[in-house]
Amino acid sequence: MDSVKEMLVLIVGSSLVSNVVLSQFLGLCPFLGVSKKVKTAAGMGAAVIFVITLASLVAGVINRFVLIRFHIQYLDTIVFILVIAALVQFVEMFLHKMMPSLYEALGVYLPLITTNCAVLGVAINNEQANYGILKGTVNGFATAVGFTIAIVILAGIREKTEYNDVPVAFKGMPTVLLTAGLMAIAFVGFSGLL
Amino acid sequence: MNKAGERLINGLVKENPTFVLMLGMCPTLAVTTSAMNGLGMGLATTAVLVMSNLFISLLRKVIPNRVRIPAFIVIIATFVTVVQLLLQAYLPALNKSLGVYIPLIVVNCIILGRAESFAFSNPPIPSFFDGLGMGLGFSFALTCIGAVRELLGAGKIFDMAIMPESFEPVRIFGQAPGAFFVLAALTALQNAIKLSRQKKGKSFEKIGSGCSEDCMNCDKKGCSKRFYDASALQKKEAAPVKKEETPVKKEEAPVKKEEAPAPVAAEAPAKKAPETIVKKVQKDEDEVSFDKLDDLDVVDLDEEE
Repeated sequence: MDSVKEMLVLIVGSSLVSNVVLSQFLGLCPFLGVSKKVKTAAGMGAAVIFVITLASLVAGVINRFVLIRFHIQYLDTIVFILVIAALVQFVEMFLHKMMPSLYEALGVYLPLITTNCAVLGVAINNEQANYGILKGTVNGFATAVGFTIAIVILAGIREKTEYNDVPVAFKGMPTVLLTAGLMAIAFVGFSGLL
Repeated sequence: MNKAGERLINGLVKENPTFVLMLGMCPTLAVTTSAMNGLGMGLATTAVLVMSNLFISLLRKVIPNRVRIPAFIVIIATFVTVVQLLLQAYLPALNKSLGVYIPLIVVNCIILGRAESFAFSNPPIPSFFDGLGMGLGFSFALTCIGAVRELLGAGKIFDMAIMPESFEPVRIFGQAPGAFFVLAALTALQNAIKLSRQKKGKSFEKIGSGCSEDCMNCDKKGCSKRFYDASALQKKEAAPVKKEETPVKKEEAPVKKEEAPAPVAAEAPAKKAPETIVKKVQKDEDEVSFDKLDDLDVVDLDEEE
């Protein structure tokens, strides 16, 4: 029972309280770049959930059975980035071959994620916080869910505000950044949750 | 060493990675809570950038073109690890306050962008100074943003009290939302300058970077896309506008075929002989790029429904 509670706290903490985009600033490029339409944003979010969960599982396994076992933790950055880049390639090939329908849905977004800094960030966070394999994977999943929540909300707001009359200099990215800032304020409110 | 000086100025002013190119935004927003943090992050990135530029330039004739990106990543990750270990040993306090963002220097757009667009096609000494200029420009920008946030959020700069006692710190600038607001103001300022230049008839010179244009305003693709079609985009978009386009871009065409099956395959029917796909990539190089991402995706989804 205790561990279930711990997991729940971890999930709420990673997805809402310390939201990966709005309070840790990881994965900002896709957050700002692919959030024009809700549909696109949701597709991106799904792909990110898929990849981050898988990547944190694989990174956890490698950390446990290779890096710690042979006492080469100082190589973590190099190993993780290579593993993640290779993993995304493999996932892409695998989906292309085995599940074409899923590939069709995620295909466009998969290459976008290869070096999304959130993926590497989660792997390193897991390692530094000494999460085990299971806890690390859950943390990865929750973080990715947090990313999806944030990007879908931002896309919804952008759809509504696209044709608003804003000062010329604030057209485009500045407005999006201000929106993101206001969202970040809202998410700061979650810090009272835990 | 006229060339070296020119590279330095270029990185600091003309192509300042943060203010002009808008690259590497994750660390820019995350660690600029104070001027000191901004400076530390900037210098750490500079060290990595200088060394990786130098080594990639030295190895540019050894690295085969088709595996250049993994090779770049390994070189960059090596120097990031070196910097990380040095910081842990000699500046533990800074290392602690920068935390996870030190290893994340690996995925900073600027470093890979410079490797791809400058170091891989230029001799070591200009590459070294290019890295130094870019790094110092980045450090300068981060320190400025950090100073503004520290001043508004705590009334200090570099931990020295600047504001009078009566000043009530606006705490939010020290926290996450403040970063977005400062960057929004910055981008708006940049837009305003661009607009006023356009009005006067001076066109705002387009700059070819690793990303091929400024990241924040492009709206078309996530940064990670650069792995796949940065070269194609550069050819397509930057070539007509840009004056000092480097010749290597043309040689990169064959590599493109190897690395870019994803975007094409998403459009093309799943089953196809590899050669046809390659041909299709070549043909579609101009059509399929991520500036059509939004439209493309909507079409896909609609069809499925």
